[in-house]
Amino acid sequence: MGKTLFDKIWDKHVVAHVENGPTQLYIDRHYCHEVTSPQAFQGLRNRNLKVHRPDKTYCMPDHNIPTLNQSSPIADLISRNQVDTLTKNAAEFGLTHFGLGDPKNGVIHVVGPENGLTLPGMTIVCGDSHTSTHGALGAIAFGIGTSEVEMVLASQCILQTKPKRMRIQINGTLGKDVLSKDIALYIISQLTTGGATGYFVEYAGDAIRDLTMEARLTLCNLSIEMGARGGLVAPDQTTFDYIKGRAYAPKGDAWDAAMAEWKQLYSDEDAVFDKDVVLNAEDIEPMVTYGTNPGMGTGISGSIPTLEEIPESSRLSFLKSLDYMGYKPGEKMLGKPVDYVFLGSCTNGRIEDFRLFASYVKGKKKAENVVAWLVPGSWSVEAQCRKEGLIEILEEAGFQLRQPGCSACLAMNDDKVPAGKYAVSTSNRNFEGRQGPGARTILAGPLVAAAAAVNGCITDPRD
Amino acid sequence: MEKFNTLTSRVVPLPIENVDTDQIIPARFLKATSKEGFGDNLFRDWRYDKNDAPISSFILNDSTYSGSILVAGKNFGSGSSREHAAWAIAGYGFRVVVSSFFADIFKNNALNNGVLPVVVSETFLAEVFETVKNDPQATLTVDLENQRITNNARAASESFEINAYKKNCLLNGFDDIDFLLSNKDKIEAWEKQHG
Repeated sequence: MGKTLFDKIWDKHVVAHVENGPTQLYIDRHYCHEVTSPQAFQGLRNRNLKVHRPDKTYCMPDHNIPTLNQSSPIADLISRNQVDTLTKNAAEFGLTHFGLGDPKNGVIHVVGPENGLTLPGMTIVCGDSHTSTHGALGAIAFGIGTSEVEMVLASQCILQTKPKRMRIQINGTLGKDVLSKDIALYIISQLTTGGATGYFVEYAGDAIRDLTMEARLTLCNLSIEMGARGGLVAPDQTTFDYIKGRAYAPKGDAWDAAMAEWKQLYSDEDAVFDKDVVLNAEDIEPMVTYGTNPGMGTGISGSIPTLEEIPESSRLSFLKSLDYMGYKPGEKMLGKPVDYVFLGSCTNGRIEDFRLFASYVKGKKKAENVVAWLVPGSWSVEAQCRKEGLIEILEEAGFQLRQPGCSACLAMNDDKVPAGKYAVSTSNRNFEGRQGPGARTILAGPLVAAAAAVNGCITDPRD
Repeated sequence: MEKFNTLTSRVVPLPIENVDTDQIIPARFLKATSKEGFGDNLFRDWRYDKNDAPISSFILNDSTYSGSILVAGKNFGSGSSREHAAWAIAGYGFRVVVSSFFADIFKNNALNNGVLPVVVSETFLAEVFETVKNDPQATLTVDLENQRITNNARAASESFEINAYKKNCLLNGFDDIDFLLSNKDKIEAWEKQHG
């Protein structure tokens, strides 16, 4: 019987099997940020351990950094201490560190792929659930806790129970202005936020093959929001073209050798998945969420479900969620007022997202009642916006770029949406308080965000 | 890590589904560089209003309920991988979380901090909520060695799953790093083979 892509990569990285227990898996790449690592480094110190393979870990602060005045010391002393702690830990343990102000700094899941640090066939972990992003290049990538960060630092290995395999096929062609963010929100609305728990997903089908590399990164990023450990896409010419020439990508003979291996990275014809989901691209329209988890989503022309459409056991949670959002069952989403718009994050903070946003707002004006935060995913994205003249287009329409970081996606820094306000956000989570205590989040792609920013309400970008 | 064997305790019921780790510990409390103190901010925004006054309707502020077992609706611990969620639950004093379904990363994080996630059937879970509603003094017994959970008021009992390795770790207070370091020769052998 053939193997799935997931099995091919997993099996190669097995160091040992624990009897009646998990697998000891070797990790090729470890990304490390300031929020989930300090306790892990302290753990190493407590045990008097070194980092086993300092060459395989890359550190950068992103979660807890300001998106204005980054050249000045961070005003919040507790945040400053956390960011400084990462700098010190990286130096003490001999790790590469892209610090604040470094041209390579940015959101870790944007920086990794754009520097060629994420490559097909790798096993990749980070103390962050959106590590699933890197699966877009054909890697097994997943988020871990801080104890596991310590394990990877100490041994370059992790103990994991092998997940089941799920294939999600999206067949057909996407409609106009339907983006990979919409595919992801559509899948999650169909499967629920726990629908892929216990699985690792492979995305396949024509609509996935047609996606650009950055669109695939957005899709895989949201795998965790359906509960999956991760999601991947088999590498193809789109992948190879994306990687070639990037800073840390293999070069010369090493490139040829790598390509020979990468071309073997696909699920065999007769590979068997534990679960197969087949969806049609034509059924997907631009999506928005109406509730407090990413599974509570609808096509933009649709309505919030009525109470009768919700199973009885889930009604309490459903009503609690709508109450938080200030919405009622059965209401239409089009025309709902919007106060804030956030473009950015590891989900939609890449150059293509800024191009899309700029393409919509070009020649239009930002609505006066909307506060817009446009936060590039990295300094490299910012530089590209500058090079392509996007900054002028955005400024003409009343928008300014901030400096790179996770920003309002999780609102650890000052980029907090005030209580009761509505934010259309291109990020990944609409949980209660995620963008600030009491903030109300509507998740959407960059075009819906742009349309909301211009019109001050939920608007179909296709109109 | 603290050992775990058998626990009989009253329970704190939280019959909400999809409790995500942002609710368990909001991001603005993740700035610390140690593992201590997170219990004070467990469920912060459900527990306290914006003036830091306790919200009396929230279960942790209701003195009728107490105990070291948290019982929650399905899909507990979804979202962010922050282990701070497990530190907050442990720090508050919970040793067991019972639900019909857990998110993967949370489950691992809990186990790595001596907190036992117990998966029960939907029926068993609904009965526990019912039992505790009728009698807040009611107890559950969690027996890790025999992998059984009992709703003592109803004498209803169910077995639960845990892999043998993790069970052994909890029973003895071992952690994964001890194990991985004992396997260093295998790690080096893998590295030699794969360049």
